[in-house]
Amino acid sequence: MALTRRSFLKILAAGTAVMAGPPAGNRLLRRLRLRPAGGGLPALAASREPAGPIVRLFGLPAGDGDPTLAYAAEPNTRTGPGEAGRRWVMVIDLARCDGCRECTRACTAMHFVPSGQEWIRVYEMRDHATGNAYWLPRPCMQCDNPPCVKVCPVSASWKREDGIVMQDTSRCIGCRFCIAACPYQARGFNWVQPPESEEQRRQPYDMEWNTRHFKGTTEKCIFCPGLVKEGRLPACVSACPMGALYFGDQAEDAVTNSQGETVRFSQLVQENAGYRFLEELGTEPRVYYLPPRKPLYPPPPSEQEPAALGGGHR
Amino acid sequence: MPRRPDPFSPRERVLLASLTTAGPGFSALVGALLAVIAWGIIAYTVQLRYGLGVTGLRDNFMWGVYITNFVFFIGVSHVGALMSAILRITGAEWRRPITRMAEAITFASLLMGALMPFVDMGRPDRILNLLLHGRLQSPVLWDILSIGTYLTGSTLFLYVPMIPDIALLRDRFAAGPAWRRRLYTVLAVGWKGTEAQRHHLERIMGVMAVLIIPIAVSVHTVVSWIFGMTLRAGWNSTIFGPYFVSGALFSGAAAVVTAMAAFRWAYHLEDYITEVHFRRMGYLVIALGMIYAYFTFAEYLTPAYKMAASERGYLNAVFSGQFARLFWFTQVGGVLLPVLLLTVPRVGWVPRLTRVPVLRPVPTLATIATSLLVLLLLPAVLPRTAAFGGFALIRQLPAWIIAALGAWLFLTLLPLFHQRPIAAAVVASLLVNVGAWLKRFVIIVPTLQYPFLPIQRAPAGWAIYRPTWVEWSITAGALAGFVLVYLLFSKVFPIVSIWETREEGHRPAPASSAVGTHGEAADAPVL
Ligand code: SF4
Ligand code: SF4
Repeated sequence: MALTRRSFLKILAAGTAVMAGPPAGNRLLRRLRLRPAGGGLPALAASREPAGPIVRLFGLPAGDGDPTLAYAAEPNTRTGPGEAGRRWVMVIDLARCDGCRECTRACTAMHFVPSGQEWIRVYEMRDHATGNAYWLPRPCMQCDNPPCVKVCPVSASWKREDGIVMQDTSRCIGCRFCIAACPYQARGFNWVQPPESEEQRRQPYDMEWNTRHFKGTTEKCIFCPGLVKEGRLPACVSACPMGALYFGDQAEDAVTNSQGETVRFSQLVQENAGYRFLEELGTEPRVYYLPPRKPLYPPPPSEQEPAALGGGHR
Repeated sequence: MPRRPDPFSPRERVLLASLTTAGPGFSALVGALLAVIAWGIIAYTVQLRYGLGVTGLRDNFMWGVYITNFVFFIGVSHVGALMSAILRITGAEWRRPITRMAEAITFASLLMGALMPFVDMGRPDRILNLLLHGRLQSPVLWDILSIGTYLTGSTLFLYVPMIPDIALLRDRFAAGPAWRRRLYTVLAVGWKGTEAQRHHLERIMGVMAVLIIPIAVSVHTVVSWIFGMTLRAGWNSTIFGPYFVSGALFSGAAAVVTAMAAFRWAYHLEDYITEVHFRRMGYLVIALGMIYAYFTFAEYLTPAYKMAASERGYLNAVFSGQFARLFWFTQVGGVLLPVLLLTVPRVGWVPRLTRVPVLRPVPTLATIATSLLVLLLLPAVLPRTAAFGGFALIRQLPAWIIAALGAWLFLTLLPLFHQRPIAAAVVASLLVNVGAWLKRFVIIVPTLQYPFLPIQRAPAGWAIYRPTWVEWSITAGALAGFVLVYLLFSKVFPIVSIWETREEGHRPAPASSAVGTHGEAADAPVL
């Protein structure tokens, strides 16, 4: 495998960062809580300069040479490759999620998500009988090794260079192989023609905004690339009253939540034992979870046997 | 029309009976099949109009009956070409009267199988996208390629050995309408039966018999990879390829037995399709059933031993939960029972069962009918007290009673089957095919019921898969289509190869071959 000069430099940079950077103070910071001066809906971390060393993804160099990009038969021309150099990432702090489902509501309202689907669904989970119950919001994980992209026969599902797994509902043939392949149940199908208002019908087809929903096609969360392009947070992230969802750019190493806290992504994940859901499957999700330790919310009602239905979690 | 002298020998008359006789029974059958197909088409137009929402499929159950049909039909299609290729290569002479029947099964069921994914598609109007934007990384494309290759290959494999028979029809089949003769003339491609032509034909068939085997194996392997290439517990299995191939061969061989019996009965082919053929095919079905049972065992034991968290849910559902009845039916009724039924005609002690008083038909049937009635009425009569509800045993009791009654009935019927080996083979093969369809269902649905994330917040009715009338109607239509294609094929082409059975080696077995008791001697000359 050829090591390009660029990825070599990146590995070098990451290595240096690890050696040079024992966390300042070495104190066990429970959580970084940087509050910017202004209130209101926060913008993304505005600065274009990398806020830290470029993070080398697990075995996957960002940008060129990304092996997952090779899955798409065609270049990402349909909506462009996304913003160059960006690697969108989401962090979900399970200790903060109180299961209010504002994220789901905001997403559904924003995208007119057809009934029956929830693009970010909040699950009630308990990993084992003695464990604590907790809420688990599940958007599409925008996997870096996406099973759904591999199986799509027509490139209706494909991976953009900025990490987003896009969905072209104008091309999808409705075979539902991607739904079978996604281990996170993140995909929904339009079993009937979703009812649309006159206004919706007038909108042009735009897959970055998920507008127009067609009968017989698959849809899912795509990290709101339309909003993100305008420098705003995805709908779910800005709707979360607890600030449990963080969104940002891994290349910039900064993520922001609805309360305007902008924090170092790598630090946030490292200091809080961040993990990725079903890591063992090797899908390389772009959504990180912080464990529900000392939760700040009442747990899901315990009379339900939440996770006992399914298989393993974590 | 002036009477001509009969151009056919009596032997050919018998073999061509399927082409010449079309009684009221035939018309009625075709009419019924067409009605079922029409109903299926109506159901499909409903689905086209309103979307897949008219089916029982939902987000958690993205695949169901249609994909079950797909796997089933492709499975049944397996045997024709594969079996006849293997028998041809190994020079098993007894195959001659039945290979074409088997190959025609391949053709008919492959057509229906290939149809199913398109019925399942959410956007059949975008089918061209598969050509415009097709990506070879997707197993869907592998399926299209391998099924396309197999359909072409097996059609040729069916057609080429038929050329001499078509030529015979071209030369001497004067009775039919003009289109028939024109068809035969075109399809006979100038066959004159010269030495050189025969030589070429034999060579082509030899090569094709070898080529068709890997193609056939690849087809079902690729079909299994539709499941095997996902991460889902229960599908994420490395032996799915060979497992599906073995299941396909088993169900396909059973389908051939059914077809043999049907044609033998309908066209009086007793001299050509003898009990010897049923016995031979029975051995084949038994052997394939053993292989299939072995694969099933391997497929389920390895995860069941470990009971990994992700696999626990669906395994429990399959072994003792929601799908247990279906699963155990496929194993007992779809594998064990057929294999027993096929061995029964060869087991000496079976006739002695009639001497056991409780195994006489009348008392057995009377008891079973009474017990079933009681079983049905009991829940309505008994008060639903907590005392009863508390015992798992009580709740399971009906299942055990029914199993015991079934075993009793089976023992009673054994002597009957012993006397009628062909009936036994037909019942066995029908059971195999019902079991095979259900097993495909049990492979697909339980896994979907237990994904990695539990099914939560599903709208009412979305957390469980219940196929709707649309799915059943289309399935019935596809089955009817399969039978119709097969039937029409037998109306246009001789279903038993005339020239191959004329060749050296095959002698119609004496009709009185003593198969009933110790018929080993009867099949000696045929081998
Ligand atoms: S979470 Fe599912 S839909 Fe999203 S990228 Fe991963 S496999 Fe695809
Ligand atoms: S349902 Fe659509 S997006 Fe999913 S695999 Fe099929 S064609 Fe691709």
